[in-house]
Amino acid sequence: MMIDPIAVFVLLLGAATPILFAALGELVVERAGVLNLGVEGMMIGGALAGFAAANATGSPAAGFVAAALAGAALSMIFALLTQFLLSNQVATGLALTLFGLGLTAMFGKPYEGVKAPPMMAGPLGLNLMIWLGLLMVPLVWWFLMRSRAGLVLRAVGENHDAAHGLGYPVRAVRIGAIAFGGAMAGLGGAYISIATVLQWTEGMTAGAGWIALAIVVFAQWNPWGALAGAWLFGGVTVLQLRLQAAGVAVPVQLLSMAPYLATIIVLVLISARQKFGRSGGGAAPGSLGRPFHALR
Amino acid sequence: MTNVFRAEGLGKTYPGVRANDDISFSVEAGEIHALLGENGAGKSTLVKMIYGLVRPDDGHMMLMGAPHAPADPRAARAAGVAMVFQHFSLFDALSVAENIALGMENPPPRAELARRIAELSRSYGLPLNPARRVATLSAGERQRVEILRCLLQNPRLLIMDEPTSVLTPQEAEILFATLRQLAAAGTAILYISHKLDEIRGHCDRATILRHGKVIRTVEPRAHTARELAAMMVGAEMRVVDRSGRSPGAQVLAVSGLVTPASGGISLREVALRLHAGEILGIGGVAGNGQEELLAALSGEVTTAPGTITLDGSDLSALGPEARRRAGLLAAPEDRLGHAAVPEFSLTENTLLTAASRQNLARHGLIDHGAARRFAESVIAAFDVRTPGPGTAAGALSGGNLQKFVIGREVLGRPRVLVVNQPTWGVDAGAAAAIRQALLDLAAKGAGIIVISQDLDELLELSDRFCALNEGRLSAPRTTDGLTIDEIGLMLGGAHGMEVGHVPA
Amino acid sequence: MFRLEPRASAPLLWQVATPIMAVIATMIVGGLLFAALGFDPVASIRTIFWDPLFGPAASYSRPQLLVKAGPLILIAAGLSLGFRAGIWNIGAEGQYIIGGICGAAVALAAYPLEAFWIFPAMILAGALGGCAWGLIPAMLRNWFGASEILVSLMLVYVAQRIAAWMAFGPLKNPEGFNFPGSRNLQQYPAASNPELIANTGLHWGVIAAVLALAVTWFVMSRHMLGFHIRTAGAAPRAARFAGVRPERLVALCLGVSGALAGFAGLFEAAGPAGQITENFGSGYGFTAIIVAFLGRLHPLGILLAGLLLALTYIGGELAQMMLQLPAATVQVFQGMLLFFLLGFDLLTRYRIRRRA
Repeated sequence: MMIDPIAVFVLLLGAATPILFAALGELVVERAGVLNLGVEGMMIGGALAGFAAANATGSPAAGFVAAALAGAALSMIFALLTQFLLSNQVATGLALTLFGLGLTAMFGKPYEGVKAPPMMAGPLGLNLMIWLGLLMVPLVWWFLMRSRAGLVLRAVGENHDAAHGLGYPVRAVRIGAIAFGGAMAGLGGAYISIATVLQWTEGMTAGAGWIALAIVVFAQWNPWGALAGAWLFGGVTVLQLRLQAAGVAVPVQLLSMAPYLATIIVLVLISARQKFGRSGGGAAPGSLGRPFHALR
Repeated sequence: MTNVFRAEGLGKTYPGVRANDDISFSVEAGEIHALLGENGAGKSTLVKMIYGLVRPDDGHMMLMGAPHAPADPRAARAAGVAMVFQHFSLFDALSVAENIALGMENPPPRAELARRIAELSRSYGLPLNPARRVATLSAGERQRVEILRCLLQNPRLLIMDEPTSVLTPQEAEILFATLRQLAAAGTAILYISHKLDEIRGHCDRATILRHGKVIRTVEPRAHTARELAAMMVGAEMRVVDRSGRSPGAQVLAVSGLVTPASGGISLREVALRLHAGEILGIGGVAGNGQEELLAALSGEVTTAPGTITLDGSDLSALGPEARRRAGLLAAPEDRLGHAAVPEFSLTENTLLTAASRQNLARHGLIDHGAARRFAESVIAAFDVRTPGPGTAAGALSGGNLQKFVIGREVLGRPRVLVVNQPTWGVDAGAAAAIRQALLDLAAKGAGIIVISQDLDELLELSDRFCALNEGRLSAPRTTDGLTIDEIGLMLGGAHGMEVGHVPA
Repeated sequence: MFRLEPRASAPLLWQVATPIMAVIATMIVGGLLFAALGFDPVASIRTIFWDPLFGPAASYSRPQLLVKAGPLILIAAGLSLGFRAGIWNIGAEGQYIIGGICGAAVALAAYPLEAFWIFPAMILAGALGGCAWGLIPAMLRNWFGASEILVSLMLVYVAQRIAAWMAFGPLKNPEGFNFPGSRNLQQYPAASNPELIANTGLHWGVIAAVLALAVTWFVMSRHMLGFHIRTAGAAPRAARFAGVRPERLVALCLGVSGALAGFAGLFEAAGPAGQITENFGSGYGFTAIIVAFLGRLHPLGILLAGLLLALTYIGGELAQMMLQLPAATVQVFQGMLLFFLLGFDLLTRYRIRRRA
């Protein structure tokens, strides 16, 4: 059986792109010190909104814009609860995921079975969203590491009390980051419905949001690491699909476990390296997950 | 001499307390002006108003002759006020240059900033490598970053909040040399401290605060330390009764104690011998292994066999509960979140450590009545001001909670008690009560280890004194007759640091 | 304009009031949502919350209340232990599935034997299966520091695929005309989990749920273990200082909640569900998380919250049948409930003051 490496790589990029978008978004959010477990909910929200808009207008581009807006809008619920009402970030993120899954299942009924409009093709035969995803990696890196705004964001994530003491608007920075994360998750979700599966089904993100969260840890909060992680995940997905198609003697359900098992292994390896390796201090942002309350 | 800063009638009220009341004073150009007062006197609030973190309720301020009412720290910085905080607001994961850039309004491009940092730091005798991650710097070096951050703004008024609380005596000397250089160049310096010798040695004038009001503005050199202390506290300090103690048999032996470094300091071959009825003082600037030492003694961290023995039995592998049963009790530094749970009531907080020694739980079943009665006995014996044992620990003032936490252990009749920073952040009255309680406990035959940054306290309490420096414990010396210089050397002043030289 | 002042401790009044406020807010916003979709809001809310208990067909729907509430409460009781300690078991759904599979496997291995020990053996197998599935994230956290949130969640997806594999493969009913799914355990008397009192929906799983609540209440309020769990959640350093060994606590909490979820799965497989199918996991593991939070991690609260959420399940089904409301309405409601609770929770931790 001949395996055309180029074709496989293209498939890998396609499988990696939704994860890449979601992971880059969440990476920025976590760098600002916020843990948003609602990625899955925002992705599926984007998947439905994008699909619906693309269908209504016949333009996939309009679909992606709608998806980004939908993801950002959902993320604002999270922002309101965690930044203004100081709610527990883990529980709120979970609530967002459950809510998003339910909401999209409810509103998505009319779209089941409908076909998506074709994707806009780009250079080298790869669609434009794949290129956008790849472009976002250096952009996010440059923003975080070389721009003033990115420095402030990293400071807020590292030590929000010190940032506040210096006069930086911690809450505003975090809300901006959360919105960005929501928009990116929405784009990732829309890619699945518009470009990969070409249809809408309830729950179609199938845990992609959770995998993106794991990729952020794997990437050690570095955009290039997120790219590596997304490609790793894409590779495993493509591999298991190929094996399924090739009629390998392993039940199809066990093969489809591969991406999730791979994620667990990746998490373990990275965490072990943190725990047993050289401790130059942890790589996680210092204020990650802790609510910020300025006592004036 | 021109007036750089002037405060007139400043006041600030918080719910239940008048933090600042009718404060008026001025700072001249080229002057090092001290703000002197006990904990809770209102120094922090006053300074936060000058720096724009807090808005005054009454009065007004003038900076360089113009009204000064900053809306936030950025406005204050723009007006020419710079502040070095007591608890550094630095970002560990970021580099020196990035930290400094964050403290500036319009930082220059990266390469330019790095150059200016290297240049300026050398000229002020505080050499720094701009690319180093702050997490790798020592406390003295971190303070340099804070100071440099301020200097790059060319401030007219520089505020320093308890700057030497984290420095060895030798590092403090270097700091004062830097401040004198700055003052000579015309900067006004506001220096917050409660260390009388420092202020008498280095400051031109001092404004003394007590209970939120200005008592006087004096020239420190014209008064003795005792007179200044009396002005600060307002009454004669209670003299601590140290008489009638002679050490008995050896009760605790620590040898070859080593703990791995995991985000903190590693302890290296720590050894000590403690006798019944003796108080051993361990001094040291924060961050040299105090918490690690307490954790190793309390059992939160276990060590190699044979490293810790109590009355002959080896405790090294045992956890905190087993050690408590053997009679080794501990009181850590952080009373909120470590020694006590802020959300739990005082009654529940007794269960944290006293359950086994006070029979508060049999076979794991909690006897809530017994716990409440024990809490009440601690409250009564140690004069803890609180509505009752059902009050949440977080609602108590620092001094009262500390009395409770220490009292909880003292009433456990320990063989050995280890306390870390027993009177940190505690008002003078409670501090004296705690110190007396420790002395009384020693008089009854317990061995006590007091770890503290407060040298005055250690000299008052301890029979023998040693110093913890970068995880190493110096050989103990009898406290009588020890001089400040000898202590400074024991605390590790020998970094080889001098003005203008790069550390070896 | 407003300032938040932290409270030293959460007043009981607000702790009880906030879930009630959350329910009312959900009803209001839910009603608005229905109106936006073109449904009669009052009729919809009434159908979901009132009719199952007191409406015309209530005698059919009331027994369902215990059937749905049983697994929710059983799982939530276990979750509350871990959540109180800051140990987040998000994978209860997976532990539920594995428990069901293990228990069913024991039954199917014994088939067609009739013996008294079969049902207890199934219960044990279910608990052990769920416990083991819960211990995987515990071990990975203890040994490697890996996040138990992500690992337990990934294991849910793995468990779902195992269930599908079982339904199509090893556990498939040989007399089932090649349809996927195991033998129906309801029809195998030694292995079945029947309704104990007719028309109440009461089965062994419900009894187990009540027992679990009682034990949880006792441990949390009367036993040092409960004190240590609360301390670990409120102040981890204080817990270490008190002598709590974090690794043991993690294993205990995840193991116990896994076992309880496994129980729930077993009782469901042998009872109301009757068999292992590819969609065996019906979301109880996730809804139980909402039950735990809504019940403020307190046994009495969990009881009430479990009954309330069971009500929304049944009401949702009723509304789907009678008013053609979409099926996913229930999930949306449950998500909204959690949002409102989390939002109102602010009132228990802070006082709101007007800025001077």
